[in-house]
Amino acid sequence: MSNMFKMPGMQKYPVVGLILVAVTLAALPFLVAMTGGQAWVRILNFAILYIFLALGLNIVVGMAGLLDLGYIAFYAVGAYVWALLASPHFGLHLPFWVILPIGAALACCFGVLLGSPTLKLRGDYLAIVTLGFGEIIRIFLNNLNAPFNLTNGAQGITRIDPLTIGDFSFSAQSSLFGIDFSGPMKYYYVLLLLAIFVIIVNVRLHDSRIGRAWQAIREDEVAAKAAGINTRNVKLLAFAMGASFGGIAGGMFSAMQGFVSPESFSLLESIMVLAMVVLGGMGHIPGVILGAVLLTALPEALRYGVEPLQHMAFGRQLIDPEALRMLVFGLALVLVMRFRPAGLWPSPERRRELAEKEA
Amino acid sequence: MDIFLQQLINGLTLGAVYALVALGYTMVYGIIGLINFAHGEVVMIGTMVAFTIITALASAGGVPTPIIFGAGLLAAVMCCMGLGWGLERVAYRPLRHAPRLAPLITAIGMSILLQNLAMIVWGRNYINFPQMIDKVSYEVGGAIFTNVQVAIVLTAGVTMIGLLYLIFKTKLGAAMRATSQNPHVAALMGVNINRVISLAFIIGSALGAIAGLMVGSYYEIAHYQMGFMLGLKAFTAAVLGGIGNMAGAMVGGLLLGVIEALGAGYIGDLTGGFLGSHYQDIFAFMVLIIVLMFRPSGLFGERTGERA
Repeated sequence: MSNMFKMPGMQKYPVVGLILVAVTLAALPFLVAMTGGQAWVRILNFAILYIFLALGLNIVVGMAGLLDLGYIAFYAVGAYVWALLASPHFGLHLPFWVILPIGAALACCFGVLLGSPTLKLRGDYLAIVTLGFGEIIRIFLNNLNAPFNLTNGAQGITRIDPLTIGDFSFSAQSSLFGIDFSGPMKYYYVLLLLAIFVIIVNVRLHDSRIGRAWQAIREDEVAAKAAGINTRNVKLLAFAMGASFGGIAGGMFSAMQGFVSPESFSLLESIMVLAMVVLGGMGHIPGVILGAVLLTALPEALRYGVEPLQHMAFGRQLIDPEALRMLVFGLALVLVMRFRPAGLWPSPERRRELAEKEA
Repeated sequence: MDIFLQQLINGLTLGAVYALVALGYTMVYGIIGLINFAHGEVVMIGTMVAFTIITALASAGGVPTPIIFGAGLLAAVMCCMGLGWGLERVAYRPLRHAPRLAPLITAIGMSILLQNLAMIVWGRNYINFPQMIDKVSYEVGGAIFTNVQVAIVLTAGVTMIGLLYLIFKTKLGAAMRATSQNPHVAALMGVNINRVISLAFIIGSALGAIAGLMVGSYYEIAHYQMGFMLGLKAFTAAVLGGIGNMAGAMVGGLLLGVIEALGAGYIGDLTGGFLGSHYQDIFAFMVLIIVLMFRPSGLFGERTGERA
């Protein structure tokens, strides 16, 4: 079992702890909607999407130690698969249980496609190739409106179908048991279920035979090979697994937004997801989740917090709030890494290693 | 044939700029083994500072053009040197013994910080380069090139020769090479490691400032986001040549510029009109992936084992 379930309170009263967590998570969108309105429920949903992405990237970077700077490409593949198979663009409206597996599978194929030529590369060489791969995908998405219109170019694809199960649509307002559920709230519960599934898969993977093989490769590839690990297949598997998580997240992104364009899949997004993994605590699942939530919430909180502060300090808007908020964000990244180089919540083993190194 | 020559000339011009920026990446990487992700932003700041000084002096009137340019260049170089030094002190030195990815994140943080700082200072819009050089065009074999292009290539050449002299003929250069081979042994031999690392950042940033003024006067435009793609291309060039290798960065930069220009010129013909010149950016990355498949450490990189 992972350390996640070994927190002090939880060991003594596991059932009580779990119920408390479940109730909090179930009530969260209502609490958020009451204090911050529907916009914050949407942000909450994005935080969960980023948890998917960060956990997927954590498999590649955190567990297997392969620095991937083009991870957002797989998210883009998933998003465009949903957009093409469920929108008026091609007149296709397939149900989610067909699209999501296709999206995950195609992203997985792209993962192997990226992984196979880069098996020999190490460290920073791998980083730049993955970065280039991400850019290539984005450029193709941006330009594949001619000679045949596949992606509709920079305008992107609009009017994408929301997630529907049978006749139940997740986009519209509806009431159940006398409680009103808005669209974003309903998505929250779907995403939450998916997130729990993804987290369980990740925790189980971490301590599985494959997970240990990944960590062995991260620590020392030559030794791992000598110990009988088929490094080629295991590395490819890391790329494929990470990519398919990205594909699923992409599909959900499409359904939630109803609109995709290449702009959403820039290098900066890849870098953001990487920052979540590293800032949270690489290779440590609770840390990665924390990183994803913090880095989604922080820019948004700054968006709402920066402007009133400026009015208070100067009496008027002195500096472009958008620039100021990113300024603070950049500064926060620097400061966190400066004072907690192993991340905010590193795994205990990692912390021990660092302490030994310093001593 | 005239397209070939034309694109070759354009590619060499662009390649000279890439090479100068790539040298900044490769010097830092060669010595402390990390990617200075904020280097593109340093180049951007250099361009902006040069533009500001040149515009101010040009509108004042009465100052001869070479002095204006010299002042702009000097201001940009000084400013970037300070920035490079500060960057190392704030974002890299405290993390020298931290896990490998930590300095990458601080670099990204600094990059976001500098970009937005530039946006606050210089605004969101494109800034036009003051029209002050008389562009003269020459024609050779059906291809046209301007005096600006000649100046860019010549300046880049002189700068690189100066750098090579510094690295291979001076005491400081010897200290730098020693540090890049083994910092601990270099320190035992009396090399002040911290000083060498600071200088690598300072020199790299100065080269970036020169490249910034070049790219600005070539395209006659500057923008607070310009450093990103330029940095990315230059980094690609450095990796193509074998990161950490000086000659590799120069060759890689020129090669990347030429490949990109030729690719953009011929892609339409090669694919029967299926892909247009807006796929220009793909070439850089395609070539990189193909080269690294066959030479996993770049064209001139030494085969190194896994770093611990």
